[in-house]
Amino acid sequence: MYRFKIFVILKKGVLDPQGQAVKKSLHALGYQEVQEVKVGKYMEVDLEAESVDVARERVKHMCDKLLANPVIEEYRIEQAEFEPVEG
Amino acid sequence: MKFAVIVFPGSNCDVDMYHAVRDILEEEVEYVWHTETDLSAYDALLLPGGFSYGDYLRGGAIARFAPVMEAVKEAAERGTFVLGVCNGFQILLEAGLLPGAMRRNNSLKFRCFHTPLEVVNTDTPFTSHYMEGEVIFIPIAHGEGNYYCDPATLAELEQNRQIVFRYKENPNGSVGDIAGIINKAGNVLGMMPHPERAVEDLLGSRDGLRLFTSILQAWRGSHVTV
Repeated sequence: MYRFKIFVILKKGVLDPQGQAVKKSLHALGYQEVQEVKVGKYMEVDLEAESVDVARERVKHMCDKLLANPVIEEYRIEQAEFEPVEG
Repeated sequence: MKFAVIVFPGSNCDVDMYHAVRDILEEEVEYVWHTETDLSAYDALLLPGGFSYGDYLRGGAIARFAPVMEAVKEAAERGTFVLGVCNGFQILLEAGLLPGAMRRNNSLKFRCFHTPLEVVNTDTPFTSHYMEGEVIFIPIAHGEGNYYCDPATLAELEQNRQIVFRYKENPNGSVGDIAGIINKAGNVLGMMPHPERAVEDLLGSRDGLRLFTSILQAWRGSHVTV
């Protein structure tokens, strides 16, 4: 079993209203040094595959097809240690 | 003329759409479940607003893979009229039937009120009963209606006259004040405002009704009646 971490974030130049709202709040709390905040999505996908390369390729397809919208979002995939959950 | 209202799990404006066609337009209409794979019996497909599949990932992202969407694509290629409203518009974008994508409203608020729209292009099967430049009042109800496309796509939309409706008072931050766009072939329209909620005086505006009568006229124009 393989586990991948997927980070989806709006592309550079695409307005991120959530990020801006969070930035404003941080400034209101006194963190004036904050220059930019981006809010995205974090997902973990566990999958069976014959090799890590095949697994990564499958996850990439999932991102292109469903998990990210290429018009406005970009994504990054990282392999993580898979820890089976008991029960 | 026979209309289909495509119903996804989570559609919640399907009944409004059905009411507009059956009771006000007085044409034949049926609900069609998202598992249907044959839409050849219908002359127009209506994708209603709501929260298909809970919009858990992004608006319209999961509905795009519903079995019925293959049939919607095939019908669109055959020239069948397709209207996507609100979540229906988001689904058409995710499915690639229209260009662009939706972001959260720039205010981050769910915006819900009647808003003035400019009818930009009346040379479509959906808008022939409007006047070019006419301002109409149609309700919006969305949190994710901030239309985005890159500058090259925007230029193309403008050049091909694919922008059909523009907001007079942009409520969500949409690029180019875009409220509704049509595909190049001119038979697939997506819009965030809800014309089906503006079809009788009781609803505060009848300005949406002419969109449906335009479709009817376009269809009659291409089908000789006996």
